[in-house]
Amino acid sequence: MARPVPTGPPPAPIVQRLVIRYAKRGRMRFASHRDVARAIERGVRKAGLPVAYSAGFSPHPRISYSGGAPTGSASEAEYLELSLTRSCEPADLGRSLDEALPDGIDVVEVVEAGAKSAGLALEASEWEVTWPGVPADAAARSVEAFLAAPSVEVERLTSKGMRRLDARAAVVSLAVDRRAGTDQAAGCAILRMIVRQMTPAVRPDDILAALSQLSALAPASPPLATRLWQGPLNGLAEAAGQAASTRPGHGPSDRPGRDIDKAMRLQAVSAEAAPVGQARANDQLPRGAQDHLDGSRAREPHERDCPDARDRATESAVRSQ
Amino acid sequence: MQSVYPRLESLLPLVRKPIQYVGGELNSVVKDWDATDVRWALMYPDAYEVGAPNQGIQILYEVLNERDGVLAERTYSVWPDLEKLMREHQVPQFTVDGHRPVRAFDVLGVSFATELGYTNLLTALDLAQIPLDAAHRGEDDPVVLAGGHAAFNPEPIAEFIDGAVLGDGEQAVLAITEEIRAWKRAGRPGGRDGLLLRLAGQGGVYVPRFYDVSYAPDKTITSVVPNRPGVPRAVAKHTVTDLDSWPYPSKPIVPVAESVHERFSVEIFRGCTRGCRFCQAGMITRPVRERSITTIGEMTEAGLAASGFTEVGLLSLSSADHSEINQIAADLADRYEGTNTGLSLPSTRVDAFNITLANELSRNGRRSGLTFAPEGGTDRIRKVINKMVTEEDLIKTVSTAYANGWRQVKLYFMCGLPTETDEDVLAIARVAHRVIEAGRTASGRRDIRCTVSIGGFVPKPHTPFQWAAQTSHETVDARLKALGAAMRADRGYGSSIGFRYHDGKPSMVEGLLSRGDRRVAKVIRAVWGAGGRFDGWSEYFSFERWESCAAEALAADGVDLDWYTTRERAYGETLPWDHLDAGLDRDWLWQDWQAAVDPEGAAEVDDCRWTPCFECGVCPAMDTQIETGPTGARLLPLTVAGSGAVGSGTRSGG
Repeated sequence: MARPVPTGPPPAPIVQRLVIRYAKRGRMRFASHRDVARAIERGVRKAGLPVAYSAGFSPHPRISYSGGAPTGSASEAEYLELSLTRSCEPADLGRSLDEALPDGIDVVEVVEAGAKSAGLALEASEWEVTWPGVPADAAARSVEAFLAAPSVEVERLTSKGMRRLDARAAVVSLAVDRRAGTDQAAGCAILRMIVRQMTPAVRPDDILAALSQLSALAPASPPLATRLWQGPLNGLAEAAGQAASTRPGHGPSDRPGRDIDKAMRLQAVSAEAAPVGQARANDQLPRGAQDHLDGSRAREPHERDCPDARDRATESAVRSQ
Repeated sequence: MQSVYPRLESLLPLVRKPIQYVGGELNSVVKDWDATDVRWALMYPDAYEVGAPNQGIQILYEVLNERDGVLAERTYSVWPDLEKLMREHQVPQFTVDGHRPVRAFDVLGVSFATELGYTNLLTALDLAQIPLDAAHRGEDDPVVLAGGHAAFNPEPIAEFIDGAVLGDGEQAVLAITEEIRAWKRAGRPGGRDGLLLRLAGQGGVYVPRFYDVSYAPDKTITSVVPNRPGVPRAVAKHTVTDLDSWPYPSKPIVPVAESVHERFSVEIFRGCTRGCRFCQAGMITRPVRERSITTIGEMTEAGLAASGFTEVGLLSLSSADHSEINQIAADLADRYEGTNTGLSLPSTRVDAFNITLANELSRNGRRSGLTFAPEGGTDRIRKVINKMVTEEDLIKTVSTAYANGWRQVKLYFMCGLPTETDEDVLAIARVAHRVIEAGRTASGRRDIRCTVSIGGFVPKPHTPFQWAAQTSHETVDARLKALGAAMRADRGYGSSIGFRYHDGKPSMVEGLLSRGDRRVAKVIRAVWGAGGRFDGWSEYFSFERWESCAAEALAADGVDLDWYTTRERAYGETLPWDHLDAGLDRDWLWQDWQAAVDPEGAAEVDDCRWTPCFECGVCPAMDTQIETGPTGARLLPLTVAGSGAVGSGTRSGG
């Protein structure tokens, strides 16, 4: 007997592909990549977007995701590509999708994908990691030892059992960010790192595990990692050179973010693409600055992430509820 | 009210699936604490993944939050990994909406779909820093109310709860809210006791402390009598009529975490009068009250637009029995043609399934599995339980399904039914083999499958089997083992038949908690103290713990696990729930029980939707009547917003 084939008309053809940059913020950092994907698929339907579907017995929406930030990590730079059966204005689509998503999964920017769909050159990510209970000096010593070592093996428990991986191999740059003197008083180190996408993936957690291993550091509570950017390696490497030269006391306008911003544009991005959808304030973890694309770069991470500062900020927000 | 989230947040990276604890779902609500004067914490005492899709909680959440001055937030059981950390860091039981401490609310309303959630109630109370004993609670503690089907016999948890609400919650929660508000505004006369007296008097709440239970030398109950003036001798269930005027949920919670039901569910009717004698849900939710096709259409439209779900579940105790089910399925399939929206019926009776319905349900989505519940392996045992479906009906129905493209059929059975013999259970293997044969013939394919799921039967309060002896777990397990062997005996069916079973031990505990009295509280407390958590989950459940705690805790009372489970009750025995009124005439239940076990063969009872009333007693006792169609109405096509898009209309009725 012949295999049954689906009846009904074939799915509508794809007429437009959009690249969407989105953020995973606040409490939504605890969403897994699958959770985020499910929320986005529902958001796409809720917003009534003309998403294309695959053919077959169980058609699914044509959305492809780049590797998501791990569960527990926040991100300002996650990417997906959405295929549409009807051409849409990217900014409008971004706004309606953002409204249909839970707070904390926020659309940052939507641009049309290049005609050839070169794909996203997401070769490396820049991370900012707050490490509570670790003095900056101790962290710096450990960072020095790490960078000097040819390889640093760490173990991670995966679904396939304990795996060993070389954390050093993935690290393009790593430095303690000492711009805010108050951080040391609060006993929390802030690290900046550029990490290459590798298989198996090396996560910020693995790098912290390597650092702890090298000089027996004892964090007070789990670290908070935020992916700030991702993109082609050369763009990030340049940015890293500047980051390394950054010294405490420099104002926000001198920060490397501005340059990274330019370097990190997607290859296929059209120059006019504007950020869409004013990202909403996070109701649980208010930040210094509420942001769209550039605003998120200008926020002061130290105020947000040090436990003391966070307690203060949250207290005032919660009272108003 | 201060949020505990900042303290919780640093614990979350250390636990499994932290997303379940953060809230923030679409359609969740965080109201201004100070702008409200009556505040409810609604709890489903199981993990978030099970509790979040629960219809009851979602309905009450919306009904309460729609009211000015009223606030409702949700709380779920935390897994032991987080429980341990919360104790270490003094983080109290919290709501996922505002992350507010549960103890700060006026009411903690707990919905018990199953008795196996009782230990989780104790964990939540303890984490919330609310005294476990209702008698030890002070003015600052919430009123702890139980609801859900298990609340129809809340006696085993009577000392842990302040009250129980029987039946439909929509109007009851509003009545309770008004009583609390009035009591607060009057300056809290009589304190906590005064409030409970109000709730027991005008609020329709069963307050166990206002009833004294006495026991006879043979350990049975002598009497249950009110110990306060103004407290009713028997407490009646609540029944919502005209479901069209209660179209909830309209803004369903959309969990970010994965959950057990990833769909928007519309309850198409409430109640069931098929009269299956084992079925507590069918007995305590009478009479049948249908939603009209029009309201079902509006709720579906609003629910999909508000959620982005891709599947609609037409929910009820036996969905194919709706008077206009074919029209509903056809019109919804028309409306959502080409939108990749699936329709499903969670439960379908063998004799109500038909080919029209089958095709409408599969038109816009994939043909997922079909599930039927013959419950018993032989026509004889199905007569005993009043499941009026013959083996020939079943074979005809599955043939239809297989011939129309379904490849997989699931069949549910029970083991340990009254009068059951080994042969009744072994016959299930023969039925499964016939199903496969019929399927292969009807479809012309060999890759069709059938899965048999079977679990132990637990006699439940307010059913004709409330007097029955529960079959021991040893007998159930022996029969299941023999059935498994019989299924595998014929290699010609090999991988075509799947066999899933639940062993008999958890059923014994469920039996103890279902038909237990106030003395059983000691067992629950002891099990919880010994680490009992998440008893509905096989990886946490320990029969040995329940068995040893029951033996020890009940010894002084001269009763034991067997006394509560495998002992048949006599007509004259006062049952622990006799003062709780589901509307069913006790003598009718007894006659139905006698009819089931008649040695001459069981007498069947028909369905009062299609035959004259058989006087179960509910309608006159509760002043209700059957509310069914057909209405003859049709659903018009929606204006579709874009290709592949679901219409974005809003609810117009209600």
